[in-house]
Amino acid sequence: MQDADEKTVPPSPPTLRIKAIQSLLIEKGILDPAAVDEIIDVFEHRLGPKNGAAVIARAWSDPDFKTRLLDDATTTIHEMGFTGMEGAHLHVAENTPVVHNLVVCTLCSCYPWPVLGLPPSWFKAPQYRSRAVIDPLSVLTEFGVDIADDVEIRVWDSNAEIRYIVLPQRPAGTENMSESELASLVTRDSMIGTALLAPVSEASTGESA
Amino acid sequence: MNGIHDVGGMHGLGPIKIDPKEPVFKSDWERQVFSTIGLYFAGGLCPIDEFRHAVEIMDPAEYLSTSYYVHWYHAMETLAINNGLLTKAEIDAKVEQLAQGA
Repeated sequence: MQDADEKTVPPSPPTLRIKAIQSLLIEKGILDPAAVDEIIDVFEHRLGPKNGAAVIARAWSDPDFKTRLLDDATTTIHEMGFTGMEGAHLHVAENTPVVHNLVVCTLCSCYPWPVLGLPPSWFKAPQYRSRAVIDPLSVLTEFGVDIADDVEIRVWDSNAEIRYIVLPQRPAGTENMSESELASLVTRDSMIGTALLAPVSEASTGESA
Repeated sequence: MNGIHDVGGMHGLGPIKIDPKEPVFKSDWERQVFSTIGLYFAGGLCPIDEFRHAVEIMDPAEYLSTSYYVHWYHAMETLAINNGLLTKAEIDAKVEQLAQGA
């Protein structure tokens, strides 16, 4: 029903509507306020690329683990305790001197949440999604990644079921590093394929060894 | 459905906007949208395919011109109404109540 005294300038409708919907769902007992706080805390503070970095560092350190990871990423990653929403089926694509892998979700924003956390905005935006599959080289250039002419670029388009993770090449100069030291080198973007990992200099290897 | 979400291979959308220091959530309304949809999934209140469809039926021009969590906001409202959790009248009334309290 329209009120004769209805305000003529509505205050910020989407933000208010969002607050209204969540408040009503909580008032009706459909959402538990403690669960709301918990899910925000998990994704804002606890889940993140450090899980993926632990997987990558172990693959670099343990050849048997790496074989199992490439053969059955879902089971192997779940065994490390990285399970949950958007991580039911996983596949790991290995970068080599002749193959570079790049992950995208052209239709929406599919991403391995338990392994990498929530995706960055650019991963979810139409600019990246449209171009990664038709012109991946220019996408990589925008990220500052230079891929040699003789390297094959493989683009993995995620879907509702399978989520992809790139296994970056182990940087030069890390031969004496422990698994946890290796994990600290692995960046989120290197596991999406929009970054390469820089070689580690002699000096920093010496310090960490 | 080959709607506006099906952007793979589309030309002319411009350069990628990369912010290396981007936080997980930029504001409280993003937290509210994310947690509601996350709990729709976790609580079995709506299947994820319904969620995708709810985003895909957005106005195409708005889809391309709004940020990601605005897409989720549309799904948050569409799913609440379509799954019988809330009515549009209830939401409108609550918005009015919040507006007057503000």
